Amino acid sequence: MEAIKKEETLSPKLIVSVGPHVKDEETIQRIMWSVSLALLPSSVMAAYYFGPRALAVMIVSILSALGAEAVTQKVMGKPIAISDGSAFLTGLLLSLNLPSGIPLYLPIIGNVVAIVITKQLFGGLGFNVFNPALIGRALLLTSWPRLMTTWYKPVASLTSLDAITTATPLGVIKEAGAVKGMEELLKQFGSISNMYTEMLIGNRAGSLGETSIIALLIGAAFLLYKRYITWHIPFSFLATVAVLSWVVGVKDPVTGNISFFTGDPLLSLLSGGLILGAFFMATDYVTVPVLRRAQIAFGIGCGLLTILIRRFGGYPEGVCYAILLMNCFTPLLDRWFKRRKFGFVKERK
Amino acid sequence: MEIKQYWRLFKNGIFGENPVFRLALSLCPAVAVTTSVRNGFLMGIAVTFVMTMVNITVSIFRNLINPKVRIPAYILIIATYTSVIDMTMAAYSRAAYKEMGLYIQLIVVFAIIISRAELFASRNKLLPSAVDGFGMGVGFMVALMLIGAVRELLGKGSLLGIPLVGARPMLIMVLPTGGFFVIGLLMGTFNWIEKRFFGGTGAAPGGHGMH
Repeated sequence: MEAIKKEETLSPKLIVSVGPHVKDEETIQRIMWSVSLALLPSSVMAAYYFGPRALAVMIVSILSALGAEAVTQKVMGKPIAISDGSAFLTGLLLSLNLPSGIPLYLPIIGNVVAIVITKQLFGGLGFNVFNPALIGRALLLTSWPRLMTTWYKPVASLTSLDAITTATPLGVIKEAGAVKGMEELLKQFGSISNMYTEMLIGNRAGSLGETSIIALLIGAAFLLYKRYITWHIPFSFLATVAVLSWVVGVKDPVTGNISFFTGDPLLSLLSGGLILGAFFMATDYVTVPVLRRAQIAFGIGCGLLTILIRRFGGYPEGVCYAILLMNCFTPLLDRWFKRRKFGFVKERK
Repeated sequence: MEIKQYWRLFKNGIFGENPVFRLALSLCPAVAVTTSVRNGFLMGIAVTFVMTMVNITVSIFRNLINPKVRIPAYILIIATYTSVIDMTMAAYSRAAYKEMGLYIQLIVVFAIIISRAELFASRNKLLPSAVDGFGMGVGFMVALMLIGAVRELLGKGSLLGIPLVGARPMLIMVLPTGGFFVIGLLMGTFNWIEKRFFGGTGAAPGGHGMH
């Protein structure tokens, strides 16, 4: 009571209110739609290379995500907030993680699990422990491994409906071993420089959104410029993968000897879903650490796990599981890297 | 004690204190063996038999067992009955035994059995103890069969071993991951039903024994 009186005497214009005091134009809505916009180049490239089928997968995926969100929020008695764009983004991201030729009930099931179980049952936007789109993908990959790993050759024609299945570059390497796999890739792409070019542009087998590196980097640059994401996670993630893939090197398939420091970092960076994962999945605000130093540790952990799975695990690609596993560590990392209070001395045991 | 009270005691094991869905005990077998309804049923039968007999035996000897050595004594009693059911199953249902034999032997250390012996049978008379053990066993069986039904339906595309036409099985449901998924969702459903229709709090029940 006394304090209020005092303030009144200080100045009649003094307004006392609780935080936050600095207001900004940025809203959840704006950020979510911006990230979706940043994925537009990738979506266009996906539709260009994989044809109308890819478009169908994307549309079904987005619609089912929005539907699942609306129905769950209705049932749970919450305000329906599908216009905030988070469900749209989840649907789009999940579809970019899928091969083009899958039956269309797969994205529906994936999105229902992603939205209902991973997001809404944990409390809705902001409370989910794991990245919903990645959980959707992991569930689909575990449930229908064959459908989810049947990749199609890009056709680069909007009218062609014929599709030829083929292996992804990482799949080729997993299957044939590093040395032989590289030879096969060279045969497929012609020359090594051609291979890198094709990978950058996106003319190769893979999931819808992961193939065109250039399109992904345009989107990422937009997000970095707008400061919706920071460099900490993507760059520590990519750097760890590059360094480790060089260090771990090539394994001789005959003798089993690993020749260290001979790996091809560029191939590791360009192949698989690494760029998509590093810039668009491992930067999801909800499921990654808040502190910068913790974010770097998060990125390093993701890179380490990716290389472990790619080189020593059963799957050719490990980005999805690496990010999901690091999602578990998010609270721990935030706690670990918390700045010590000034003048606070740790008690000696 | 009246027949009504016995009935309430029996029902308590299925709804109020369902071992899997309300007490969250013995989740290991609930994940491991419930890839089909049949497996859940067989496991439930085995556990019901062991629990009923253990509760009866512990109740009979409750005043003779020295409290200091009661846990080893309970384990011995449980192990005896587990051996009986283990050998019976090995003799009469070879195929199922091959699939889940390990978990039948693990009944010895099921938390739900020793907890009922400790919390109920060691302080109650023979008949209530028997009813409690039987009710808990049936509750366990119902839970396992429910989980098994969902997992079999989604994971194998069949129910009770009969394949459904046009099913697209989700492989994840027969893996342990799917087991956790299904248990969590069914547990949530149980809590919701309790809250919605019976005015319960939805949380795990506090008291044990007779209500």
